[in-house]
Amino acid sequence: METATFPGFDVMAIREKFPILGRQLNGRQLVYLDNAATSQKPKAVIDALVHYYSRFNANIHRGIHTLAEEATAAYEATRVTVQQFIRSASPEEIIFTRGATEGINLVAYTWGRTCLGEGDEVVLSGMEHHSNIVPWQMVCQEKKAVLRVVPVTPTGQLDLEAYHRMLSPKTKLVAVVHASNSLGTINPVREMIAAAHRAGAVVLIDGAQSAVHLEIDVRELDCDFFVFSGHKVYGPTGVGVLYGRKTLLEQMPPFMGGGEMIREVTFEKTTYNDLPYKYEAGTPNIADTVALKSALDFLEQTGKDRIRRHEAALLAYATEQLQAVKGLTIIGNAPEKVSVVSFTIENLHPQDIGVLLDNQGIAVRTGHHCTQPVMDYFRIPGTVRASFALYNTFEEIDRLVAGLQKAVKMLA
Amino acid sequence: MMESVKSMRETEAEIVEAFSLFDSWEEKYEYIIDLGKRLPPLEDAGKKPENVIKGCQSTVWLVADYRGGRVYYRADSDAVIVKGLISMLIQVLSGHTPDEILSARLEFINEIGMMNHLAQTRSNGLLAMIRQMKNYALAYKGAGVNENGRHE
Repeated sequence: METATFPGFDVMAIREKFPILGRQLNGRQLVYLDNAATSQKPKAVIDALVHYYSRFNANIHRGIHTLAEEATAAYEATRVTVQQFIRSASPEEIIFTRGATEGINLVAYTWGRTCLGEGDEVVLSGMEHHSNIVPWQMVCQEKKAVLRVVPVTPTGQLDLEAYHRMLSPKTKLVAVVHASNSLGTINPVREMIAAAHRAGAVVLIDGAQSAVHLEIDVRELDCDFFVFSGHKVYGPTGVGVLYGRKTLLEQMPPFMGGGEMIREVTFEKTTYNDLPYKYEAGTPNIADTVALKSALDFLEQTGKDRIRRHEAALLAYATEQLQAVKGLTIIGNAPEKVSVVSFTIENLHPQDIGVLLDNQGIAVRTGHHCTQPVMDYFRIPGTVRASFALYNTFEEIDRLVAGLQKAVKMLA
Repeated sequence: MMESVKSMRETEAEIVEAFSLFDSWEEKYEYIIDLGKRLPPLEDAGKKPENVIKGCQSTVWLVADYRGGRVYYRADSDAVIVKGLISMLIQVLSGHTPDEILSARLEFINEIGMMNHLAQTRSNGLLAMIRQMKNYALAYKGAGVNENGRHE
């Protein structure tokens, strides 16, 4: 067993901040390795939710009373924190959504329905989450636009030559995942964005998996849209972020109509509010948005570079140790990966492995991970996926390997 | 093929007794895995898309025959633990009349401590499996089909 730690990165002290990690399952200490599905929450986030409802719950942006002002200030403070977190030019470019999925749908319904026409092309990759496939299928069907798919290679990377050949003046949008949830692959999005822009296309980056692991700088990436979910960055469920380039957000029509998104309403005509409120109709998810700030502050304080080093060490250790399991094949061997390891074991169904790991207190994900095209490409029904977060330890990877050995023996 | 049929409660009691001998989760699952492996595989003809019960992760195929007023089930799955659970359902339900099947409460699942497993219905499709077994019983009961006929 290896116990490498980095100066100033005390994983045991970090674990103390996550109450759920103390849970016992089936008499064993919980080993939570399903972080790509959702991350656990530090006490600061849980406390922020309680604090919000205990101290200053009010509807935002309209009240003149103290609570409304405090709630509004807290909500808008998160917007500024998000802006800094992804280094966008201004807080107006940060739209709060329910999650990454809603962000993609917002762009598909507003930008997609006004900017796509018959014969236009939308380029996706073969490793997209269903959330970055279905909304585009829906709008392409309506607008008679065409979906093009960048193929995946046997190592679980994108075929970039094919991508470059695919781009043409017909390409109106490239929507691509930054880091794959089922393979772990980090895609070379900067290069892909530059190429798309040369072809005159707009680019949406699905950052659902990358925002928690990688430094994000939307201006340096030069993407037009970037989406992520709060619950995957140690924040609450039900809140997410859509970053949009200001010029595009200003041109696009609103997503939903209602309160907050309007400037003036008469029965003849409604004028819309300024950014970002134009896209935030109705009372938003105030409490979870307020608590999201605590999650992002926690990430910043811990240091994304140090987290990345710890997670890279976990990934390398797991990749090596898993080789000891007979018949195990890792699916996705890109040189640049986030801390996700997906695998199959010869002649065993992922679900059987998942059930037997669960009985040993080990939580992994099994199945197609909402990326059926990836599973079809590798001709497998699904994988077992272990995904690591900043609070995971080398000992937990040892537990995973021992748990797998046991499962293999029981199923043999 | 009208063999003497045990009552459902008798079969359930036998399963519950077998499980009562197990001290650990390992023994319990090894038994289920063994049942899964011993369930005769469904022939390829039975593994047609119409017979698939959609679960989220594993594929389950279910075929029913109606003979002499009784329903006989055969099933298969690509996941062995699910197959073991199906094997127990078949042991309990197969060979009974539609009325008996429709009124079966399948309490043994709770009694052997597999209710948790069942509750994960979205991932293993077991509840969908029970529903489909009952649907067959309902169809045979309602359609008034020729009791000597073979329906799949």
